[in-house]
Amino acid sequence: MGLLDKEFSDGNIVITKVEDLFNWARLSSIWQLGFGLACCAIEMMATSASHYDFDRFGVIPRNTPRQADAIIISGTVTLKMAIRIKRLYEQMPDPKYIISMGSCSNCGGPYWEHGYHVLKGVDRVIPVDVYVPGCPPRPEALLEGLLKLQEKIRNESLRTHSV
Amino acid sequence: MKNPEEIFEILKKEFGESILAIDKDVPTEPIIAVDPMYINKVGQFLREHEELKFDSLMVLSGVDDANGTKIKDEDETEVISGGTLSVYYHLHSVYLKHKITLKVSTPRDNPKAESVESIWKTADWHEREAYDMFGIIFLNHPDLRRILMPYDWEAGYPLRKDYKNPEFYQGMKVPY
Repeated sequence: MGLLDKEFSDGNIVITKVEDLFNWARLSSIWQLGFGLACCAIEMMATSASHYDFDRFGVIPRNTPRQADAIIISGTVTLKMAIRIKRLYEQMPDPKYIISMGSCSNCGGPYWEHGYHVLKGVDRVIPVDVYVPGCPPRPEALLEGLLKLQEKIRNESLRTHSV
Repeated sequence: MKNPEEIFEILKKEFGESILAIDKDVPTEPIIAVDPMYINKVGQFLREHEELKFDSLMVLSGVDDANGTKIKDEDETEVISGGTLSVYYHLHSVYLKHKITLKVSTPRDNPKAESVESIWKTADWHEREAYDMFGIIFLNHPDLRRILMPYDWEAGYPLRKDYKNPEFYQGMKVPY
């Protein structure tokens, strides 16, 4: 992108495209909704903690959907919870992103056949940007998912929401 | 401290016909079968009797015995007709350090048993769960509504052996 590689000694003017500036701002401070569902949430918390340090990518938990940019669906989505997730998603301002973390929220996971209470994939109620496989995924996998999401945001255009 | 046979004798003497049988041919402790309409009185007695003092209900669980006849209805789905749904009560006395297992069996087409919620508070949520999963009605329970499934779940009771999951719930597709 070359926003800061010229340093400030080069003068105080940085030339870039509005699109790139917006995308850079968005991908550098993805505030995630403080929201966890099951065992994947433990891994998500481990990712947030000092050892893996989600904060170095600008990801901090925000406790209101009104001020969150992304939501990590970390765990089994029951039919009862699916309704609540949909409502939370609707309360988030645009642009908003969704990471589906773990087998359960990707496709139902181990509950795919006999889980009478489980939604077989959170993408049946809300649009997912990045799927992170694993049961549960290690923090490295979630970080990889976040980098993929950043990559997606970097290539966004103002004319269309996502590429 | 008393063993299950002795407890069975005490109960038999007090309640007579309402204590149905003792089943010793099980891999666990012997199971005493009780009339579902008298389980609250039996429970009260077990709790208060000087030599029994069952002050703790460890767990209460519903069971689908699936001992009715399996028949196919119009659209080829298998349903069970007749037979029983059971409730098991695992009791423990902290004072006297003895245990006992009770069982009530209710007819599948009209599963009703008396509530023991007023005797052991543990039974409150456990009976709600047995109602939620098996549809067993606990008479005189103060708040008998679903506890795990959504309140507006209309597809039946999920842990019954002949349960069929619905195609849709609130517009969401349920099967894989």
